[in-house]
Amino acid sequence: MSESTRLNVFKTYKLYVGGKFPRSESGRVYEVTDSKGKWLANAPLSSRKDARDAVVAARKAFGGWAGATAYNRGQILYRVAEMLEGRRDQFVREVGEAEGLSKSKAAAVVDAAIDRWVWYAGWTDKIAQVVGGANPVAGPYFNLSTPEPTGVVTIVAPQDSSFLGLVSVIAPVIATGNTAVVIASEKSPLPALSLGEVLATSDLPGGVVNILSGKASEMGPHLAAHQDVNAIDLTGATDGGLARDLEIAAADNLKRVLRPRTEDFAESPGTDRMTAFLETKTVWHPTGSLGASGSSY
Amino acid sequence: MASAFEYAPAPESRSVVDIAPSYGLFIDGEFVDAADGKVFKTVSPATEEVLAEVAQAGAEDVDRAVKAARKAFEKWSALPGSERAKYLFRIARIIQERSRELAVLETLDNGKPIKETRDADLPLVAAHFFYYAGWADKLDHAGYGANPRPLGVAGQVIPWNFPLLMLAWKIAPALATGNTVVLKPAETTPLSALFFADICRQAGLPKGVVNILPGYGATGAALVEHPDVNKVAFTGSTAVGKAIARSVAGTDKKVTLELGGKGANIVFDDAPIDQAVEGIVNGIFFNQGQVCCAGSRLLVQESIQDELLDSLKRRLSTLRLGDPLDKNTDIGAINSSEQLARITSLVDEGEAEGAERWTAACEIPSAGYWFAPTLFTNVTQAHRIARDEIFGPVLSVLSFRTPDEAVAKANNSQYGLSAGIWTEKGSRILAVANKLRAGVVWANTFNKFDPTSPFGGYKESGFGREGGRHGLEGYLDV
Repeated sequence: MSESTRLNVFKTYKLYVGGKFPRSESGRVYEVTDSKGKWLANAPLSSRKDARDAVVAARKAFGGWAGATAYNRGQILYRVAEMLEGRRDQFVREVGEAEGLSKSKAAAVVDAAIDRWVWYAGWTDKIAQVVGGANPVAGPYFNLSTPEPTGVVTIVAPQDSSFLGLVSVIAPVIATGNTAVVIASEKSPLPALSLGEVLATSDLPGGVVNILSGKASEMGPHLAAHQDVNAIDLTGATDGGLARDLEIAAADNLKRVLRPRTEDFAESPGTDRMTAFLETKTVWHPTGSLGASGSSY
Repeated sequence: MASAFEYAPAPESRSVVDIAPSYGLFIDGEFVDAADGKVFKTVSPATEEVLAEVAQAGAEDVDRAVKAARKAFEKWSALPGSERAKYLFRIARIIQERSRELAVLETLDNGKPIKETRDADLPLVAAHFFYYAGWADKLDHAGYGANPRPLGVAGQVIPWNFPLLMLAWKIAPALATGNTVVLKPAETTPLSALFFADICRQAGLPKGVVNILPGYGATGAALVEHPDVNKVAFTGSTAVGKAIARSVAGTDKKVTLELGGKGANIVFDDAPIDQAVEGIVNGIFFNQGQVCCAGSRLLVQESIQDELLDSLKRRLSTLRLGDPLDKNTDIGAINSSEQLARITSLVDEGEAEGAERWTAACEIPSAGYWFAPTLFTNVTQAHRIARDEIFGPVLSVLSFRTPDEAVAKANNSQYGLSAGIWTEKGSRILAVANKLRAGVVWANTFNKFDPTSPFGGYKESGFGREGGRHGLEGYLDV
């Protein structure tokens, strides 16, 4: 059978929650079109319940992921890049359709996204030395500050940069040991949902990243007010007063908030997306002394 | 238990400090009256004596102060860091020179023992300015990239428990990084901040760089909400912290919040009991327990609970409560009648909920606000005295059997500011410290502070760090 007559197989795009691929519990979908309005797929229109399930999954995964060695997290993030490289053509097509880019421009975006995973993979076991360290206190005490992940982070992913932007907000959050609940770009969720398939085959423990498609305006308020979410990245909350409303809701349990800002995701990122979701823990212990000479040498 | 030793009174002299009958607001380098002429009185909580009348800043005064700070910002931020450093070094030195005067003043206005203001508060205040002075010309090397910029005008609101130390934690990093400041001290302890204004004048600090606005919560709210404030720094209750987080939503204001705590002090069965007892006492009775990072929940391993509690009660019976100016006093006055009422009501609730109360037998002075050292046993995790911050000399004792249980109970809190671990086993210290969700962990010690050491909370204890290199971040555009 020639290619022109073969009917190709559509993919049912599904959510990625707790390492599994559920449909929305609500049974709802919405139409996703390409940049010219042509129908591409029906994506799940996630509900409040889906968002809460995602938080449960992210919380469950947090202890193991935060407790994994930084080396191990780096290996897994690098594995994500490897898996993406293998699916490069698929993402070039999806990103091209979503963002209306030529094949070569879409390819450049996907390449940058893959390289970004590699960049953050290398950060996992370096950030603690850059932002932590010994504090020279005026007394006989050992005193050390180390960064620790904040916990469960809700990410409102960028609306326009459906893949490079998405990767640029997820990778720094999980590189440091946080777990994430991601609201994908409402208009262009397909690259995000496909990313779930990549993450599922990259040795990333289920629940570390959870991807929801649907409306930030619908799920955002519930996630911003959720008492078991520790932080919220509002990068994609660019609609009207949404970011402000979510920041107000987030104050209820003093979530760490990263406000939306203009950002060129093609630029080399700094470390501030990592440090935005890090706590600093400082441990003190007496050092004692080794005798009258005052010297241990 | 009768006290083992009788002490003759050993009061520190009040004559070293000269308190004026009235004080103004400090705006643009001058002491001025409030626009609406309002004043309030500040009293000594140990005697209820009125110490002075202080101008109460309103919204109009906040606006004037922010304008003055904005005007001063241009030149102050443009100064070479090395010049800003020298102003801060001057301030640090003048504080050292005047430290006895300031210690007595702080004890009078706050009610805390002179032993603490003299040996803890004041040395730390001077050290904090000295530390951040050194950063002012080294910001390029602080790890925030080349040439990090100040934010502008910082609106700062501080509590009454360590009035001058909290001022230092706020003002020193703000000025070192090139910001200008409008600071509101707490309504019950405005005096040391006003004396600090005088120190700024002695140091020749340019007008408007530091502005001090005494007042109540409404003054603080007006400051935090002022549209021309670029940075908000707050230390105080979690409830107010949340209100601030809401009020700055949708703005560009950078915020750091240092809020409440319910610190767990975990004592394992192999801990040196005498040292642990000293640590527990320091953890919850330092500054009458009016400390956000107090070790207010004692988690003791079941097998040593009786022995530890006997030892602890014996030690508590030797604490001397009374005149804060007396050099032998361990427990001073509670800062205000409001705070005393809050402590009393939570303690009543502890009894009503079924916990068992023990209070050290000590004579309570007839005037002033006092609360004797108290501990509760038979406390469950659901009790309010195990969940809410009491901010007083009240310890809730819970027990555990395994390290896992200790960690689970320690982390079972909306707060995450501090924790303590007492054990001789090094690997256990590191394992437990690693699992505690708290910003400061003291192992085999407690309540240690240092300007080089970042301080701040997890969860609802707030965000941002004060102290150390980390403390610069909240005042830089990074």
